Amino acid sequence: MKIKQIQEDLVDEFAMFEDWMQRYEYMIDLGKSLPLIDSKYKTEDYLIKGCQSKVWVQAELIDNKIIFKADSDAIISKGIIAILIRVFSNQVPNEIIKANTGFIDEIGLKEHLSPNRANGLSSMIKQLKLYALAYQTKINNE
Amino acid sequence: MKNNTNINVEEIRKDFPILKRKVNGQNLIYFDNAATSQTPKVVIDSIVSYYSNYNSNIHRGVHALSQEATDAYEGSRVKFQKHFNAKNSFEIIFTSGTTHSINLVANGFKKILKRDDEIIVSQLEHHSNIVPWQMLCEETGAKIKVIPIDHNGELIFSEFEKLLNAKTKVVFVNHISNALGVINPIKKIITKAHEYNAAVLIDGAQATPHMKIDVSELDVDFYVTSTHKICGPTGVGVLYGKEEWLNKIPPFLGGGEMIDKVTFEKSTYAGLPNKFEAGTPNISGVIASGVAIDYLNGIGLDNINEYEKDLLDYATSKLLEIKDLKIYGVSEEKTAVISFNVGQIHPYDIGSIVDKLGIATRTGHHCAQPIMDYFKIPGTIRISFSFYNTKEEIDIFIKALNKAILMLS
Ligand SMILES: Cc1ncc(COP(=O)(O)O)c(C=O)c1O
Repeated sequence: MKIKQIQEDLVDEFAMFEDWMQRYEYMIDLGKSLPLIDSKYKTEDYLIKGCQSKVWVQAELIDNKIIFKADSDAIISKGIIAILIRVFSNQVPNEIIKANTGFIDEIGLKEHLSPNRANGLSSMIKQLKLYALAYQTKINNE
Repeated sequence: MKNNTNINVEEIRKDFPILKRKVNGQNLIYFDNAATSQTPKVVIDSIVSYYSNYNSNIHRGVHALSQEATDAYEGSRVKFQKHFNAKNSFEIIFTSGTTHSINLVANGFKKILKRDDEIIVSQLEHHSNIVPWQMLCEETGAKIKVIPIDHNGELIFSEFEKLLNAKTKVVFVNHISNALGVINPIKKIITKAHEYNAAVLIDGAQATPHMKIDVSELDVDFYVTSTHKICGPTGVGVLYGKEEWLNKIPPFLGGGEMIDKVTFEKSTYAGLPNKFEAGTPNISGVIASGVAIDYLNGIGLDNINEYEKDLLDYATSKLLEIKDLKIYGVSEEKTAVISFNVGQIHPYDIGSIVDKLGIATRTGHHCAQPIMDYFKIPGTIRISFSFYNTKEEIDIFIKALNKAILMLS
């Protein structure tokens, strides 16, 4: 599925809820389906800086698509990274690099977006895009 | 709700404009007072009045505005001298905050310390404030020794006694831990350290909002705080130093105001307090800080202390009704700070959800990583009260907390 389509689906899903509590509950549920990182990657090297909770992300290139896996010690962060991974995983690097992230605002998580927020949503996006950039550079050089 | 103290909280709340605002559609409940206190209107007004009526540089001009500003600025110094019961007003130095004050003192010991001299700090310190001492040790070859804490979050005094010896030159301890709210036995620490002729610096950032400090009675060598924790503006610190120590240590910053005579060969320093106040200070902030201390004294720190203790006891008993809730720092001697966790729930998750309900708490390690390492936790949720908080707010918080726990389990 295209990134844009997944984002639209997410916006539709979140639109079903009336208030933030239901949206948070849904996000927490999405966190439960997060493709979990192998515990051997739960190290300093895979930690995303700038989050108050610990969030680890690991990426792999399979058939030119990036597969992301992650985990967090906080439930809300786990939900947030799960949403991002649903959007960005299994995509080609260039699409990830180009992707717009305005959908976060639309699903009512705007308050998590500010780069000054201790929760690190913007750091997570940056990290996923950095992986994509690294793999794209590698592909270009091959 | 009933309150048997001398605090009329409904009236006091009217003094704080910010308490009327809404957050995420809910009435703001501000439980992050240990980080920064809110500002009463008289303090805000004094800043507006300064810029509207007599904004000008101090100590330099002969003109009317400059005289007025200088009088107000120096008047503030006298207010803090009286408040802290210092012998002389020049023993009060204005800085930009506790961090600045600690750096000023640590820097001052560069010339005094020799290789293998020892500095004692506590495990309870704000970690940014350990850094100046580490830098000092790197430069001088002195060593840092740490007073450990027990499982209640109290310093182990007998361990402190063991660390003291002829090589101990400085002891640095906070009066009250910002992460746990536990009051340290500073009088005992000061007396003991003086038996070894060590200088004692007390970080009073968390104590000054809750209690009256008497530096003469304590016989402390340096005592520091930030006025943004005592209803003043941000960016102002107060450093009390004993005259003999302030004369002994060199200035921290070079610049205007701190010099007596300048030639390119050598400048001679001005006397106290100007030696430590180089450049144009935060004039309006210092004046407003004086207004803040008057405001607090108008209410009375004893009344504040009694009222906050009532809030602390109420909140503690309500929190302990919650299953798997653990409070860190359970000393009898505590200010209105409660640091806790619920089961395995990450503090950040709870903090995020109660924020959506309009409640400001602090989550994380509270700049006190060594304490979190001791308890083997990533952090805590910290709620801290001021005299404008109420039991009703605590009830709302408890409801919000239970809601968060339900969502997160
Ligand atoms: C115990 C303690 N020391 C030092 C500080 C730092 O104060 P400031 O940031 O005003 O320099 C704080 C404030 O958080 C504190 O609680």
